[in-house]
Amino acid sequence: MSFSTGARRLVGLSLSRSSWIPSRGANTSSKTLSSLSRLSTRQQDLIRKRDITSCSVVQPLRSENKVVVNFINRDGEKITVKASPGDTLLDVVVEQDLDFDGYGACEGTLACSTCHLIFEEETYKQLGPISDEEMDMLDLAYGLTDTSRLGCQICLTKDLDGMTVRVPESSADIRQSDGSA
Amino acid sequence: MRIIKRSFLFMPSLLQASRCHSAPSSPAWRLFSAVASSPKVCIVGGGPAGYYTAQHLLKARSDMVVDIYERLPVPFGLVRFGVAPDHPEVKNVINTFTQTAQHKRCSFFGNVSIGTDVSVEELKKAYHAVVLSYGAEGNRLMGVPGEDLAGVFSARDFVGWYNGLPSNKELQPDLSCETAVVLGQGNVALDVARILLSPLDFLKKTDITQQALKSLRESRVRRVLIVGRRGPLQIACTIKEVREMINLPETNADMLPGDFEDIAEALKDLPRPRKRLTELMLKTVKVDDGQKANKQWGFRFLRSPLKVLSDRDGKKVAGIRLAVNKLEGSGEDARALPTGQTQDLECGLLISSIGYKSLPIDPSVPFDPHTSTVPNDMGRVSHTAGLYCSGWVKRGPTGVIATTMNDSFETARILLKDVESGALELSSNKAGAQEITSLLQTRGVRPVSFSEWEKINLEEVRRGEVLEKPREKVLDVKEMLDIAWS
Ligand SMILES: Cc1cc2nc3c(=O)[nH]c(=O)nc-3n(C[C@H](O)[C@H](O)[C@H](O)COP(=O)(O)OP(=O)(O)OC[C@H]3O[C@@H](n4cnc5c(N)ncnc54)[C@H](O)[C@@H]3O)c2cc1C
Ligand SMILES: NC(=O)c1ccc[n+]([C@@H]2O[C@H](COP(=O)([O-])OP(=O)(O)OC[C@H]3O[C@@H](n4cnc5c(N)ncnc54)[C@H](OP(=O)(O)O)[C@@H]3O)[C@@H](O)[C@H]2O)c1
Ligand code: FES
Repeated sequence: MSFSTGARRLVGLSLSRSSWIPSRGANTSSKTLSSLSRLSTRQQDLIRKRDITSCSVVQPLRSENKVVVNFINRDGEKITVKASPGDTLLDVVVEQDLDFDGYGACEGTLACSTCHLIFEEETYKQLGPISDEEMDMLDLAYGLTDTSRLGCQICLTKDLDGMTVRVPESSADIRQSDGSA
Repeated sequence: MRIIKRSFLFMPSLLQASRCHSAPSSPAWRLFSAVASSPKVCIVGGGPAGYYTAQHLLKARSDMVVDIYERLPVPFGLVRFGVAPDHPEVKNVINTFTQTAQHKRCSFFGNVSIGTDVSVEELKKAYHAVVLSYGAEGNRLMGVPGEDLAGVFSARDFVGWYNGLPSNKELQPDLSCETAVVLGQGNVALDVARILLSPLDFLKKTDITQQALKSLRESRVRRVLIVGRRGPLQIACTIKEVREMINLPETNADMLPGDFEDIAEALKDLPRPRKRLTELMLKTVKVDDGQKANKQWGFRFLRSPLKVLSDRDGKKVAGIRLAVNKLEGSGEDARALPTGQTQDLECGLLISSIGYKSLPIDPSVPFDPHTSTVPNDMGRVSHTAGLYCSGWVKRGPTGVIATTMNDSFETARILLKDVESGALELSSNKAGAQEITSLLQTRGVRPVSFSEWEKINLEEVRRGEVLEKPREKVLDVKEMLDIAWS
């Protein structure tokens, strides 16, 4: 794992995977999962709920296990990356420094819908079940389709090898209007 | 441990390679331009709009300098002073804003009120472009008699109070009544209702202020009615927030089944988000098992405020008289029309949550009093070269942070486009922050830098640790300044 370029300089906070859990504030001091007991029942509930779709499988030998993911960015260009099973698609975007403006604003805590992705129908059917909470946020996504999901809730598995996902336009008018004004 | 890095500011931008200054082609001029003039942009307001605009500008051009001026000594606007304390995950955007703020070509000048300490004209002289991102500092009024009685608050003030906005620290709402009415059915109304009804054991672990927590601990409010002028199909809040209300412990929904008759038929033609929201409400109405929990919340529909009713002394709110409406048309655009009937609701606390409102900050800036926004075309302020806007002041006071992000990116793109096309003058060298800070010095205003804000931040987190909460906000501007400059 490379700790390249701009490792985050955060106010007393390093963004470990464990901080990508619902109900964890930017301004909470760094905590680990062991502090779960300090969270409210509601928070624990949320965490448990997320665990249904989140990736608990730890892959010991990542390099042998890579999954190919093709992203189509907002300019229609295809970007192909190799990623580890067990990672969410948000993890992949972050780790591979993919340049999708504003992607993943809430850092995977089901609070923003900026990680919206559109899947091919076949792939969509293979994805895990969708929680009410994910649907709730997805309903706020711009350009919602029948095969939309939130990237922070999708875990890579070997079965998804070679899939293609599209990063949707983030708003209606920007691109079209760029030329005209 | 795996460190997740996000380094958007350092990513090679696809745009950058194709971008260059659009200076006239004489070589001498090009030389001068390259040496003399990197684009200097200043942003008015350090909320999401300000930070997302800055992020996009900094990323797109490696010569861009961006300064952010903020009225308060602390940054992040409504992410700090609006977003509910029990939604800490929403505040994760602060991480990205902090990264932008710490970028070497970005500076933060807190404690500087534009329009008071420095004029927009002065900013325009010092910078190539000025972006107005100052949000919505006012609120819509109900415009009915009795609005200024004791016990009547705007949601803006009430939210500011529990979130530690310095100007609201003395609000001291009286929570000794049983029933509170919230007018308006947007997400802010639900935030307010949820805070009034949430268990204290839960709230005390959030960054809600200690003084708000103390008042809420003594609160006798048991019932919150959320009143809208239109029907269930026009409700402005979103499903996540309604679900949170439904899931509140020891609280049940008190709805009027009659309000939902005929609604089921409309379901099938609704777009998915509206459909799911309506289905959830219908389910909640049906689930009512007759058992009364300790606390209740409920929607009331087709009611507009007519008059705030006072107690016998004429000083304090005792209720609200509502006009009973019917709908004209259907769907999102249906309009509420009064039927002539009225209804009185008793309440000892009335919170009007019918929307925030932007205010004009400087006579030189165009302002549309009807929409309460700065008139603009995709972020270019009408008829004013070099002036742009983003966020709530551009669009009006609606939209989640993601909406604000998208429109801020749009404004940044338009600005960059104007730089490239030459529509934005870069030929003259601008002194930027240097000029403004010396002006400020002569006026006795000392800005707070981002690293000085970080001192306030650390102090707040330290005070929070003692109380087992993420932070305890400093409520007083003077105290903020003392910490910043200590
Ligand atoms: C109560 C509430 C709760 C919300 N909760 C959520 C949520 O949970 N999730 C979500 O996605 N969205 C939420 N939103 C919406 C979100 O806050 C807005 O979309 C966003 O904050 C708008 O950004 P802005 O930068 O335009 O305005 P603001 O956030 O208001 O920022 C404007 C900034 O400008 C500064 N300023 C004002 N006047 C001047 C001046 N004269 N000189 C210098 N600076 C000035 C202000 O101090 C402020 O810092 C909420 C909104 C409210 C009101
Ligand atoms: N958790 C979150 O994501 C969250 C939390 C808080 C805020 N926000 C966002 O911030 C934005 C602002 O929220 P908001 O609640 O202030 O605004 P809002 O969503 O626009 O809701 C305003 C409410 O006030 C009503 N209203 C307006 N004028 C009225 C009048 N003159 N008389 C009676 N009722 C009136 C509206 O009814 P009509 O529909 O009839 O106009 C509506 O019910 C929203 O986009 C919201 O989603 C998000
Ligand atoms: S990153 Fe915010 S919902 Fe997925």
